[in-house]
Amino acid sequence: MSKIIKNLKQFSTSNDRFEGAHLLCPGCAHSIIVRELLNCTDDNLVIANATGCLEVCTAVYPHTSWDASWIHIGFENAATAATGAEAMYKTLKKKGRLKDPDKPVKFVAFGGDGATYDIGFQFLSGAVERGHDFTYVCLDNEVYANTGGQRSSSTPRGSSTTTTPAGRVSYGNKKYKKDIVAIMAAHGAPYVAQVAPNKWKDMVKKYQKALATEGPVFINAMSACTTEWKFPADQTIDVSDLGTDSLVFPLYEIENGSKLTITYRPKNIVPVRDYLGVQGRFKHLFKKENEHIITQMQKDVDKKWEMLQRREEAGV
Amino acid sequence: MAEKLQLQEVEVWDGNMAFAQAMRQAQIDVVAAYPITPSTPTVHGYAQFLADGYIDGEFVLVESEHAAMSGCVGAAAAGGRVATATSSQGFALMIEVLYQASGMRLPIVLGLVNRALASPLNVNGDHSDMYLGRDAGWIMIDAFNAQEAYDLMLMGFKIGEDLSVRLPVMINQDGFITSHTAQNVKPFSDEDAYNFIGEYKEVNPMLDFCKPVTYGAQTEEDWHFEFKARQQKALMDSLGVIKDTFAQFEKLSGRSYNPVESYMMEDAKVAIVALGSTVESAIQAAKDLREEEGIKAGVVAPRVIRPFPLLEIKEALKDVKAIATLDRSAPGGTLGMLFNEISAALYQNDNRPVINNYIYGLGGRDMTQENLKEIFRDIKRNADEGRLVTPLQQFSGLRGPKLSFFN
Repeated sequence: MSKIIKNLKQFSTSNDRFEGAHLLCPGCAHSIIVRELLNCTDDNLVIANATGCLEVCTAVYPHTSWDASWIHIGFENAATAATGAEAMYKTLKKKGRLKDPDKPVKFVAFGGDGATYDIGFQFLSGAVERGHDFTYVCLDNEVYANTGGQRSSSTPRGSSTTTTPAGRVSYGNKKYKKDIVAIMAAHGAPYVAQVAPNKWKDMVKKYQKALATEGPVFINAMSACTTEWKFPADQTIDVSDLGTDSLVFPLYEIENGSKLTITYRPKNIVPVRDYLGVQGRFKHLFKKENEHIITQMQKDVDKKWEMLQRREEAGV
Repeated sequence: MAEKLQLQEVEVWDGNMAFAQAMRQAQIDVVAAYPITPSTPTVHGYAQFLADGYIDGEFVLVESEHAAMSGCVGAAAAGGRVATATSSQGFALMIEVLYQASGMRLPIVLGLVNRALASPLNVNGDHSDMYLGRDAGWIMIDAFNAQEAYDLMLMGFKIGEDLSVRLPVMINQDGFITSHTAQNVKPFSDEDAYNFIGEYKEVNPMLDFCKPVTYGAQTEEDWHFEFKARQQKALMDSLGVIKDTFAQFEKLSGRSYNPVESYMMEDAKVAIVALGSTVESAIQAAKDLREEEGIKAGVVAPRVIRPFPLLEIKEALKDVKAIATLDRSAPGGTLGMLFNEISAALYQNDNRPVINNYIYGLGGRDMTQENLKEIFRDIKRNADEGRLVTPLQQFSGLRGPKLSFFN
């Protein structure tokens, strides 16, 4: 059952199933993304969490931030942990051994981009291919934040990370960010979407749709990282606004592998350089010799936006 | 409800079918599995039972062995009976999650059909995979033939799920020699088998939403040590439950199991210590040598590998003069596991026999009667001299020049 939340005041005063007491950095977007998911439903929840910032900051024995059933196994296998539990639920339902058989149970996995795009990719792919009824949310901060800011296959081109630092002869990461949303849609999952915490109504709507969908769901959530993106902790939402309004993080959904819908169209599209300019990880791009990277990024973003709009129009 | 299967009083099964039948009778709630030789027929057998309506649990066909064990952990934490089977490389891929399963105290049962580890790639039986898992915090039990594979798989659920144990259990059998050789097996009826194991008893299930639980929390130097100490205590204490389960099983079946099996040890002067199907071969060699050459030979086999039955080993080998420890795994620059552990146990005795080590049967190389007799003759010389006159470690059954170490 979806919880009906009409406005921000009601949202801010609703019961928390993800407790505010945790060790995430001040200004970390993870907690917004996770809290909204846990609070958007009254259904029982089983949550699997990959190793990463969220996991190490919310379940340090003898404390837990989770007022829900929660499991963490390893870095790579959150999808499999969730789907193993989902398989057990199906069996116990069939065998009549559930304590409260009428109350729906939702299975959710959280993983960072390292856990999702890289080390857990096979596990995610397998779980989605098998058609388990679960929702996987990637907390995409485009870097291995928990281990000290190394690049992942989600790190955008031009970003300076601890393993692809900008230097005298380097503009930082040379590789392009992997299009995980397209890859997961290609699995034929019934629902795939991209969300951002600054657009919280859009995010909650997609979460509720995800939880109501039967079958595997993948959601990629932009998670601005104050520590590794290098911006002041009180500017998380401002930076996120620039991310969605520059269309570096377009918000859209894909149903049944093909039907694409754009869910947020910025009234004023801001230049990509404005988004880059507020983050220390891109600072070096504003040197004269690296300006071409910014130009290329703007072209890439424009091209992607064009493609998304055409696909939406075509309904494919 | 799943259909019952009518079984004959004596069935002709190989070790894999013995595993699959015991898994069916245990009415497992979730099996997550991935194919690998030579354990694949266990999974095939289980799939066929499912297809024929004899199983009503979920069968999750994952994309790797790592995912198989990960799915088992998720399912077991949700609250229900869980098992899988694997071998060799698949087991190696699971290793990370084996430690998670035991650390979370989840009574998952794993049928491990022993096979060599690459490289070079090899599909045949040795104990490299079994040895790789021996620090993972699992209860490890070894079956020497198909009947034992069936019996011990049933007992595995009862032992691991016992409320005072709550640890995962690994049942080993030799790849091909046991897993693919048809033998007579006396099964229980479905009712008797299930009643022996009993209903699954839930402990902190994730699906009990009145009491949400957190599995797999983080601990550092403040708590990790205490968790691991409690886990070690539970594993050490499980030997009592294992013995009780063996006793209950004997009442029901007439088949006797012990933490350490001893054969012809009443008057033995020399003994081979081995695992797996080699135990039966060594018994045959000992019998023949007693008749043919008057060597008072015996065989000792750890049925339970973890927890290590140290006191039972001390007792079983207290009167012999010389021992050969036979390890079917490349020891990686030291003496074999059995040598090290048996020596450690016997060092506590006043009477310290002469003990040496043989590495044999790697990659499925046959352990012949002649090899075994040669070993018995070797250690008879050690016994007669009262000191080591053979190399401390040698390779048995190796082609080319003899190879020995620690001479």
